[in-house]
Amino acid sequence: MRVTQGTFSHLPDLTDDEIAAQVAYALERGWPCSVEFTDDPHPRNAYWEMWGLPMFDLADPAGVLYEVNECRRAYPGHYVRVNAYDAGYGRQTTALQFIVQRPAVEPGFRLDREETSDRRVRYRIHPYALDRPQGERYT
Amino acid sequence: MSAGRWSAGVIPYAEMGYWRPDYRPKDSDVLAAFRITPQPGVPPEEAGAAVAGESSTATWTVVWTDRLTSYENYQAKCYRVEAVPGSEGQFIASIAYDLDLFEEGSIANLTSSIIGNVFGFKALRALRLEDMRIPPHYVKTFQGPAHGIVMEREYLGKFGRPLLGATVKPKLGLSARNYGRVVYEALRGGLDFTKDDENINSQPFMRWRDRFLYCMEGVNRAVAATGEVKGHYLNVTAATMEDMYERAEFARDLGSVIVMIDLTVGYTAIQSMARWARANGMLLHLHRAGHSTYTRQKTHGVSFRVIAKWMRLAGVDHIHAGTVVGKLEGDPHSVAGFYDTLRLDRIAADPVKGLYFDQDWASMPGTMPVASGGIHAGQMHQLLHHLGEDVVLQFGGGTIGHPMGIAAGAAANRVALEAMIKARNEGRDFLAEGPDILRAAARHSRELEVALSTWGDVTFSYESTDTPDVVETHVSL
Repeated sequence: MRVTQGTFSHLPDLTDDEIAAQVAYALERGWPCSVEFTDDPHPRNAYWEMWGLPMFDLADPAGVLYEVNECRRAYPGHYVRVNAYDAGYGRQTTALQFIVQRPAVEPGFRLDREETSDRRVRYRIHPYALDRPQGERYT
Repeated sequence: MSAGRWSAGVIPYAEMGYWRPDYRPKDSDVLAAFRITPQPGVPPEEAGAAVAGESSTATWTVVWTDRLTSYENYQAKCYRVEAVPGSEGQFIASIAYDLDLFEEGSIANLTSSIIGNVFGFKALRALRLEDMRIPPHYVKTFQGPAHGIVMEREYLGKFGRPLLGATVKPKLGLSARNYGRVVYEALRGGLDFTKDDENINSQPFMRWRDRFLYCMEGVNRAVAATGEVKGHYLNVTAATMEDMYERAEFARDLGSVIVMIDLTVGYTAIQSMARWARANGMLLHLHRAGHSTYTRQKTHGVSFRVIAKWMRLAGVDHIHAGTVVGKLEGDPHSVAGFYDTLRLDRIAADPVKGLYFDQDWASMPGTMPVASGGIHAGQMHQLLHHLGEDVVLQFGGGTIGHPMGIAAGAAANRVALEAMIKARNEGRDFLAEGPDILRAAARHSRELEVALSTWGDVTFSYESTDTPDVVETHVSL
């Protein structure tokens, strides 16, 4: 399967040039970028690990791409994403978020069903990767 | 004021203090712009004064009991009447209402005043409420959207692109089990939301509880297949509030992220559901069922920009607000005005967009507009151009009618959307190059290729009936 979180997951994986173009779009709008990684792709996992702080004062997309590649090197089997953040009044939230690396094999999610009363089912989304400890998934 | 003002009998409204060309509206006044079409022989100032009178303190004759009140406060004041250029017999009357006239946080009370009796008034051939300025003093007494655009995006974990949806079709007749199949296929293929239609409530062919159970099976299967948060707008519209709460609570207990109501349930029920939605962490989708009966004709009724304003105050997270390019009524400039009204915090008056007043929302979160009705992947560049990023694009027929199946239809829409956003962000002139961008994206998506060859040329080009009076001289659309 393919985890389709993020803005561009239905397109072919972005090249480094394409990533830089998206970063340039964000920086032109004054949106600082940050890099995050995880080996827990549960859709409710809001807090991927931060690869350093958001790059608030950076103007050159190459700097962001450098950090993307450093993160990829350190965590070759993890999901890595780039966020662009809009601190504008009334917004103050993520403006763009896209995956720039994914594990070679994505086992996906198991859907657990607990049958309760009156035909109701309680659902639980279980990432197969979570059966192994953090850091040893996708290896 | 002359002593004659209090003589028993009938005197013109204008002479009773409802026509006040010298009045300067206060920052805290509620303002309304009415399009009035007086009966022959009725002066426009008198007609404007009559609207002010009948929507505030007046009745048809002089009453001495006015003198027991500080009536000048409570009288609405028509402070301006202007002829509409190019439309003989039509005038825009601007009327100011003191804040004291309205109960805090009540759309029902606001509307009972402003559109309560006056629309049947015989001295007018037609009357339309074009726009309102709700002062921040009054805005702050309303809850506003249960979550709003920013919270919705954070809740769903979806940023930087419009959301995608589809209404399950056929609207009527599917069994619950078959219905849930459509939900599953559309969501696993790439949509963020699927939707009950406005008239899907609890009919003999599919009762609500069965529908909710099968839809949530479909939703959860799709979440597991994609790793994304997905939702189905479970329509809880019903005959009574008790029924609606029962259905909404069931949807909540099943883990749905969103419920839906129809505009037909009424303003008070909408506000109750908005309160419930905030208390229960559920997004609230509003289908504007029935609105065209009073929003479409230009001389009589209530403009949709007013309905949009009321619904943002009332507290819905989503509202259908037009597509521009689809099958339903929607002049591009008017629709831009609706979208601004729903999404922005401060909006400047703009006659080209049909916006008569500045509006300050005082940080009230925005309501996500929904574009639904006769749109397809081949229009993605136009949709992004007209509607922007904070919008739910709903492709019902354009998903379910795909020759390769529902999931393929969903994938085609998602690929088209992502390709268009990517191209826009790369600095391309996506409106002009849209067809090329889509064709290029279709090279790695058979689903999009088939969608483009099926619907690529479908358009709905009819004249709009509801258009602003002022036309931009250089229209670039």
